[in-house]
Amino acid sequence: MITAPEAVYLKNVVFGYDLRTPVLRVDELVVATGKRVFLYGPSGSGKTTLLGLITGVLTPQQGSCTVLGKDITKMSAPARDRHRGSEMGYIFQSFNLIPYLTVRQNVALPCHVHKRRRLNMVAHTVDKEVERLVARLGLEVYLDRNVKKLSTGQQQRVAIARAVIGKPSLVIADEPTSSLDADRRADFLELLFEVCDEAQATLVFVSHDRSLMERFEEHIALRDISRGCA
Amino acid sequence: MTVLRLAYESLRSRMFTTGLTIFSIALSVLLLVGVDRIRQGTQVGFEGTLSQTDLVVGARGGSLPLLLYAVFHIGTANNDISYASYHHFANHPAVLWTIPLSMGDSHRGFRVVATDDNFYEHYRYRGNHNLQFAQGSRAEGIFDAVLGSAVANQLHYHLGQQIVLSHGLQASFLKHTADPYTVVGILARTATPVDRGIYITLWGDEAMHLGWENGAPPLTAIPESQIHKSDLHVKTISAFLLRTRSRMSTLFLQREINTYQPEPLTAIIPAFTLEDLWSVLGAADVALSLVSGAVLVVGLLVMLTALYTSLNERRREIAVLRTLGLHARQIFALFILESSLISAVGAAFGLAAAYLVLFAIRIPVENRYGIPLAMVGFSARVAYYMAAVVVAGALLGFIPAIRAYRNALVDGLNAG
Repeated sequence: MITAPEAVYLKNVVFGYDLRTPVLRVDELVVATGKRVFLYGPSGSGKTTLLGLITGVLTPQQGSCTVLGKDITKMSAPARDRHRGSEMGYIFQSFNLIPYLTVRQNVALPCHVHKRRRLNMVAHTVDKEVERLVARLGLEVYLDRNVKKLSTGQQQRVAIARAVIGKPSLVIADEPTSSLDADRRADFLELLFEVCDEAQATLVFVSHDRSLMERFEEHIALRDISRGCA
Repeated sequence: MTVLRLAYESLRSRMFTTGLTIFSIALSVLLLVGVDRIRQGTQVGFEGTLSQTDLVVGARGGSLPLLLYAVFHIGTANNDISYASYHHFANHPAVLWTIPLSMGDSHRGFRVVATDDNFYEHYRYRGNHNLQFAQGSRAEGIFDAVLGSAVANQLHYHLGQQIVLSHGLQASFLKHTADPYTVVGILARTATPVDRGIYITLWGDEAMHLGWENGAPPLTAIPESQIHKSDLHVKTISAFLLRTRSRMSTLFLQREINTYQPEPLTAIIPAFTLEDLWSVLGAADVALSLVSGAVLVVGLLVMLTALYTSLNERRREIAVLRTLGLHARQIFALFILESSLISAVGAAFGLAAAYLVLFAIRIPVENRYGIPLAMVGFSARVAYYMAAVVVAGALLGFIPAIRAYRNALVDGLNAG
């Protein structure tokens, strides 16, 4: 795959949950490949909606979304889902994990769903790769535990492992630190940077907490790129 | 494959509700299949009890009671027929063989049937099976008795045992104590009501009642040693089974017997009379099936409730699966799979339970109630029930699945 200069390029995007009331207008959003980008905006400013557009879970009424070299507005729904699953890792604010699976099963999921994620593994088997990553994040003793028995901080680290397994090109984190204590945030961020570097992934980090901002190479204020409607 | 695994793990994590749901579906399938199998089992059992008999003949009366008491040992004969009439038809040119049956006495709840050698010779069940002796041989002497296998088993009787027969069918205080009978033979198991009978000779029946002409025991009992066949004259029997030389003559012979001038008689074709019995029982069968069907509906609704109420707490899970690249259609499939798995497993358990129960109750039912219950295999109706349960389960799964599908598309990543 040819590496596009922009990991994400949104142009003149308009989105609304129904056609008459657009909630988000983005004139232009550029995320350069390989960068760590901090995207900030107050709560309720449409950050998660924007991420829905980038991942292709949502489709805009107007405009184009080029993500990792493909205009996802021109793709079919299953193709967009495949594109997202095989090329992107996603970390939510909390409750990232499938509650009825173990740590091992959760982390392995992307590799089971997508061949490309399997092909990009460092180890030869999914199990070995999961063990490698989970150990990298210091959670090896929890491998076969039910995820409900883990603390929030541990769950967030498992979410990192699942986001980066099989080296996706783009990792998106939506307020992943807001459920953590202040002193755990720095550690979490450090870990996230390290594994993203190892996976050579572009990182889009969304937060309303600007105290984390200085650690990122690029900053984008949602206010500057969009004319919020909601 | 991943979706199937997810469905399985998801159900397993909700073991308690999943288990209850599976149990309720299994229970309803058990009822549905059980009712159907018992219905067919009794039909096969009843039909297998008597074969190669073209007509059953008794005193004038209802055809169903005649068949039930003459063949299945259920109910009583209201009237006897004269031995002369029996003799007339036994020697009829169109008749191949006859088996006389004389009933009315019992021993510890088992019926005593007086008959003759023709019984051992000609009686056939389940096609062409004839009676075999497990031990001993036919009753020939006046005070000889042959036991059905269930009688020997339950009373722990053996050859040479002396038994005392009671007058009438209830355990009676009027016992033929003066004339004990000796067990000379035990029949092999037939899995028909034959197993529940005690067989003596027609002479023996007469001898037992010698001096009982006024319905009570004689004041001075006649010792066994003083009774001889030459003193005994068989005057009446209860019924007889008959086989014609040619099947074609059955209807003519039936008409001839039914219009026999010297004595009012009834001749029935066993298969036709059984059909009447099934049509009577058909209504009960329909009623039971309807109740089982209602139980099935309840079972499926329990499943729907369980899946539907879990939807809200699973919105977050759906959003996570979407970020992992599962299509909305796969989310849909996940919910359909869950409901299909529950109903399929429930149906399988119910089916297995139905056959286990049938297998377990078969012998006790046969022994206690004398109802022959054959072990019957799969039938189109059972296959139809199973398919209906799984399809209904999958279809009900559409309701939560459509909700989940819409959540997957509309919520995007905002869920929870």
